[in-house]
Amino acid sequence: MSEVKFSKEHEWVTVADDIATIGITKHATEQLGDIVFTELPDKGSNVEKDKTAGVVESTKAASDVYTPISGEVVDINQSIVDDPSKINLDPEGSAWFFKLKIKDKSEIDTLMSREEYEKFAKESSS
Amino acid sequence: MNVKKTTLFNLHKKHGAKFVNFAGYEMPIQYKDGIIAEHNMTRKKSGIFDVSHMGQLFIKGKDDLTENLQKILPTDLKKLSINQSKYSFLMKENGGIYDDLIITKIEDGYMIILNAACKENDLSIIKSKLDSKFELILRDDLSLVAIQGPESKDILEKIIKGVKKIKFMNGNKFSFNSEDIYITRSGYTGEDGFEISIKNNSVNKLVEKMIELGSNLIGLGARDTLRLEAGLCLYGHDINEETSPIEANLKWAISKNRINDEFTGAKEIKRQFDEGVKKIRVGIKPDSRVIARESTKIFDEKNNQIGKITSGTFGPSVNGPIAMGYVSNLFSKSNTKVFLEVRGKKIPASICDLPFYKKNYVKGEVDVRS
Repeated sequence: MSEVKFSKEHEWVTVADDIATIGITKHATEQLGDIVFTELPDKGSNVEKDKTAGVVESTKAASDVYTPISGEVVDINQSIVDDPSKINLDPEGSAWFFKLKIKDKSEIDTLMSREEYEKFAKESSS
Repeated sequence: MNVKKTTLFNLHKKHGAKFVNFAGYEMPIQYKDGIIAEHNMTRKKSGIFDVSHMGQLFIKGKDDLTENLQKILPTDLKKLSINQSKYSFLMKENGGIYDDLIITKIEDGYMIILNAACKENDLSIIKSKLDSKFELILRDDLSLVAIQGPESKDILEKIIKGVKKIKFMNGNKFSFNSEDIYITRSGYTGEDGFEISIKNNSVNKLVEKMIELGSNLIGLGARDTLRLEAGLCLYGHDINEETSPIEANLKWAISKNRINDEFTGAKEIKRQFDEGVKKIRVGIKPDSRVIARESTKIFDEKNNQIGKITSGTFGPSVNGPIAMGYVSNLFSKSNTKVFLEVRGKKIPASICDLPFYKKNYVKGEVDVRS
């Protein structure tokens, strides 16, 4: 498994072979508050880098989830649809959103390291 | 415009509040534990709400003040005994609502609680319609704190003896910190509770005492989920200058013996009473877990738009999405199937009775849970 990478839209990505696992960051969940609804892309659908691939809603508002890389959706995490509060508990672990068969590996290089993301998140929330 | 702060601002900060600008005030939206935990705390135990941004208007006068106020409000004020409160409206001639309010008869006149965003405008409207001999004061030396939830009466009784005896929608004078305070049994959560009008210099002490005795600070986020579950309107969203009390399904708040009487908006209210209205406020429950927010369009089965949602969120005690909105009268019956347009898709929903969550108001010592 590669190191975890981050997008400016507060998603994280890990890569194993040609499969990417994508979720939203702890920082994002802290900004959103209690998550009460999740919508994920359909299995088998194709999603495109930086386009909407899902929705999370807190009691306060709805937010789009963007995919940081392109590919075909090969798996989704049904458990976070059934119980969205799991996302607040373990956003960067068991509460992943979907898995993609990666279309273009070079897209990963455009993403941030953890260190870069943490700096970005701190600046964007202040 | 400068953002204002309430006297409790530093206490909110100390308790980890996240702030938002609400009606020109920097108000706590939530604290560390989050909206759902705060919501549940209020339903199961006790929660404290800083509502000091709301207007506290005092009007001094005798019997002729009642006569004068009745020309402005649709409420039978003559029937009010001292310390009794009523929900009422400040209306336009066409029945549209300038503000919803709680009016309480006190010894030397009336106390009116107004929405923060409307209070200055309300004051100038009331002033323009009342004889200039009546003194009107919008008090900014007072804070307003609500304590809500089943354990609140015991917590407050420990601090202020006798509050348990107050009946729902009634109030009384008490003393705290050697200062007069005024407490009513009311609130906006659907739970038993109190609202306390207290001098700014004593409010921190009172709230700290409440926290010490087991109550918790609750932000505007949970206030919104609580009031929506209780089917209560939020001014500027569920009611406004374009909706009348009849359309808002708040007919009960207009005194029956005043329908043929004179007050601002009377003509239109009477007409709507007699002829009915075209649109009406209803409860709406999506069949799935999809949340339909404010401004979501409502459609019938034939894809005709029949209304719009005015408030929508996730109800923690209902454990599902809930909403209120206006629909064409023909579709207002409970269990009518409708469709809500969310992110381009039409999701099925049903019209339902309000409230979503049964109110737990208490009439004084006697528990009247339904």
